[in-house]
Order: sequence, then structure tokens, then C-alpha cells
Amino acid sequence: MNGKKVDLMSDNMDKKELTEKSETQRIILPDPTRLILSPSPHIQTGPGTGKIMLLVIACLAPAIVASLMFFGLHALRVLVITTASCAAFEYLWNRISGRKSTLNDFSAILTGILLAMNTSSLTPAWVCVAGAFIAIIIAKQIYGGLGQNPFNPAAVARIAMLTGAAGAMTRFPAPNSIFFAPIPDALTTATPLGAAESFSAMGKGVEYFNSSAFLWRAFIGETSGSLGETSALAILIGGIGLIALRIIRWHIPVSIICTVAVFVSLVNHFSPGTTPGVLFHLFSGGLLLGAFFMATDMVTSPVTVKGGIVFGIGIGILVCVIRIYGSYPEGMSFAIVLMNALVPLIDKVCYIRPFGHQNIKSGRIEPRRGEIK
Amino acid sequence: MNYSREFFKGIWKENPVLVLMLGMCPSLATTGNGSNALGMGLATTFVLACSNLVISSIRKIVPGKIRIPCYIVVIAAFVTVVDLLMQAYTGSLYKALGIFIPLIVVNCIVLGRAEAFASKHGLVESFLDGAGMGCGFTLALVLIGLIREFLSAGTLFNIHIAENYPVTFAVMGQAPGGFIVMGFILAGMNFLNMRKAKKEGGNFVNPVDMDCRHCMICRLPEDEK
Repeated sequence: MNGKKVDLMSDNMDKKELTEKSETQRIILPDPTRLILSPSPHIQTGPGTGKIMLLVIACLAPAIVASLMFFGLHALRVLVITTASCAAFEYLWNRISGRKSTLNDFSAILTGILLAMNTSSLTPAWVCVAGAFIAIIIAKQIYGGLGQNPFNPAAVARIAMLTGAAGAMTRFPAPNSIFFAPIPDALTTATPLGAAESFSAMGKGVEYFNSSAFLWRAFIGETSGSLGETSALAILIGGIGLIALRIIRWHIPVSIICTVAVFVSLVNHFSPGTTPGVLFHLFSGGLLLGAFFMATDMVTSPVTVKGGIVFGIGIGILVCVIRIYGSYPEGMSFAIVLMNALVPLIDKVCYIRPFGHQNIKSGRIEPRRGEIK
Repeated sequence: MNYSREFFKGIWKENPVLVLMLGMCPSLATTGNGSNALGMGLATTFVLACSNLVISSIRKIVPGKIRIPCYIVVIAAFVTVVDLLMQAYTGSLYKALGIFIPLIVVNCIVLGRAEAFASKHGLVESFLDGAGMGCGFTLALVLIGLIREFLSAGTLFNIHIAENYPVTFAVMGQAPGGFIVMGFILAGMNFLNMRKAKKEGGNFVNPVDMDCRHCMICRLPEDEK
């Protein structure tokens, strides 16, 4: 490979020119074995992966405490099962594939906690373990481990659990009902979003969901739902902490929230009574959890600020469409995974222009790498 | 000519689904449970063996330029036989498999074996090759089907294995489960083959005559350019 000669030629030249040019326009590339090629963030600084993950876990602490307060020991059970099995699958995979253990970057622990935050406290243990398997093995390690996964592992696992064990995943306990009681005694109720999906059937009008008493309960977290999604207050504390610690940029969560607000108010303006108001949509379901903790995952979100805003707007529109018009009451995880799939495209469109860069106006189209002429 | 080799190569060494990666569509779509997979596999095996036999016997009288249409006519005749037989005798299976029975006509494995093997080899070898490939296809399908059925419903061939077995992960019976199970089986196959190659001191390479480097289908003959 040393000193390999590469021809730089235009494809439009005729054959004679081509042979002449190929004699003169030859450059010698440096020895490729001595060049270090790596994908983009080139400058490394600041805290390592493990420290960032620990800080994210610390920011999740208010939500964890809130879930333990409202759902008691069952929340703890789900939390322990998902976290332990995520860590166990991570360890086993590294062991089997003969790699260095990646347990000490805490990403598996964080995935386990996020997965528990996305799960009802009545979920059977096997569903939690299956979700952990899907999150760690299928959604992360198969793609090459942390940093290579195109989709958010916790969101993928939640979707798989929701479609795979729909009955077990949609039994939500009423808050404060089952501190120590065994599962069959738990009082299950519809989540606010589930109730709002069919509010006409429940005999309650939109006004019920827009009343300040109901909104206050949703804000504090005294509603039924998954572990981490009920308390908007706890998530907001953690999310603002994340932004203050500069772990995430504010653009993605804010653009998601603003898009949802605009979309819901437009729907309410043009056809009143279709769906409850903006505050209801912000405080109920996994919107805030997804916006602050899952959509902002460094691996699966766009690199640039502009890309982050596009990404957030896309998530906001998708989640509103699924919530208001779709058959599922909640669509945050679907929206996140769908937009994760678009991140490479978003990154390509919203790249940062290098300093002094000018557009080529001649209209000459050069073949890109891998393109067949 | 070693006849047993022609038969057994389809089962492991050149398994149509797991090594040659042919016929992905039926092997993902019809393996929601074990019995569907078995039915699909047996139907394809019948078509493969019979069409290989007939195509091998007419290989010298078919003009090269229209050989593919000729093969398809032969294959379609046998598929019609299977289609009518299954409609008559196995009604529920026929309904469950639906469009995939008529689609055996355009199954890559059937056409691939006709083009790559039966048109160049004798009667007995072609028949054994078709039967072996069919058995390999059936075994692969049943394996995928049973794994998916067990994970999604806790049963094997619609028989409950354990009392009060709680794990019923429905997504494994749906389309994503097919891809996931298939991927894990392929990874396992590659792992076993690689380990075997390592033990024997060589490198693991794909079978030569069916991968993209050696396939002639997309390459036009030089004189036609």
C-alpha cells in the first residue's frame, strides 16, 4: 500500500486526454498505516463516559424517588430487576465476545434505570428481563456497543415490550395504592392519556382534564402511569439539572415541548374538544421523560444545534399525531425511535459549514464515494 | 459421483436459508409457528425435487436463451399440483400459508437450484440435490418456527410444553421476531463454522458456487454488449 498512485481524473474527459492526464496528475498518498482515522469528535476533553452516565443517573434521582413514593416497593422491584438484568447482559456479552468489560461506564445501568422509568410497576419480572435483553443485546451490543447504536436502547426495549406483552405492560396501578400489597390487590386505573384517548366513553369531558386540580395532580405525579413518567416536577428538576451541568443542550427538549404546545393549541383552536389542552399533554405521559432523558441521548441524537432542533420538532409532531389521532394513547418512544432512524440524514443536512466554505456554483456533479457511475 | 454428498450438502454445508441466504421471504413470513414452517418446507421440498428431476431431464433440449421461462413453466406446474393438493387435504394450513404457496414458483431456491445445478447435472444427482436442499430448507424453517413459536406462545407444534408457563412474548411471532431469530441463528451458524475452520487450521469462507462473486445472473454475456 505504501506510495500507491491514485489517479485524479474527471470522468468527462475523452480517452486520449485521459491517458495523458493520468500520466501527469498522479499524486502519492502518505502511508495509510501511519495515518490515524477516526470519526468526528476529534478533540477529547472533560469528563469521561462513566462520569457523564453517573451524572445522568444522579439527575434521574428525583424521578426515582418520586416513583418510589407513589408506587412503593413494586417500583423498587421493577427498578432492581431491569437494572440488574441490564448489567448482567452487558457483563455476559462482554464475557462471551471476549471484550473488555464495559460495565464501568455505567451505560448499562443507566439503560436499566431508564427502562424501569418506562415501565409500569405491575410488570411481571420476565417482561423486565426480556426488555433488558432487547435493550442491551439487540439494540446496543449487536450494533457494536455504546456509541454505535442507531436507536435509543431503552426506547427500543419499551416498544418491544409494549408490542410483545401488551397486556402486561398496560396494567397501571393507581398511585399510593400498593405500597406493600401483593400485586393482585393493586388497584389498576387508566393513565391520564389512556383516559383522554377515550374520554367520551368515560363520561368525562375535556374540561375534567383541563381542570387545575387534575393538572396539579399530573404535575406532582399523583396519577397512574409508568414509574418515571408520572411526576412532571421530578423530571423537570432532573432535566434542568442536566442542562445546568452541560450534559445536554437545551435545544432538543425545548423544541420538542414547543412543537407539542404549538401543535396541541392549533388542534384545540381549529377543532375544540378533540383533545385536552397543552398543559395536560406536557404533564402527562412520557413526554418530559423522553424529551429530557431519552431524546437527548448523545449517541442517537444529531450532533449539531440545528440538527437537534429539527430532531426535536420531528419528535414533537410525531408524538402529537400518535397521541391525538393514533390508536396508541402514548407515542413518545415510537417518536424517538422513528426520529433516531433519521438522525444520519439530519446530520448530513445540518452539518456545520467549515469556516470560509463557499458553495460550488458551477453545477458540476462529482460522484460521491460508493456511487456507481 | 458421490451421491450421498449431493444430498447432505443441502442440510448443513450449503443450507439454502442459513448459508446461501436464499428464499428469505418465505422463511421469515411463514415461520410464525412450527406447523406452518413444516408445511411450507415440505411443499417446497416436493417442488424442488420434482422440478430438479424434470429440468435435469430436459436440460439438453432447452435452448439457452429461453431457459429461465422454460424452468418457470416446469416449476409452476409442480406448484399448481402442491397448491391443489394442499387446498384439498390440508385446508387450515393452506389458509395459514396463503399467498406463499403460489409464490413457491418464484422462490429463489427452486429457481437457483434449477439454474445452478439441475441444468448442468444428471438425473439422479439433480433429484438428490433438490431433495437435500428441500430438507435443509425444511429443517431451517422448522428450527426458526419452533423458536419463534416457543418464545411467542410457549408451545411447540401447538402443544403446551410446561404448565402455567408465563412467557408469551408476542413480538417474536410477528415480523421483527423473524428477523431477530434469523439473525441469531445465522450468527450461531457462522460461529460454529468458524470454530470448525479454526480447529482445522484454515480460514472460514463462504461456499464458492453461490455467492455474489460467482453468480452469473446479473452479468451479461460479453458478446451481447
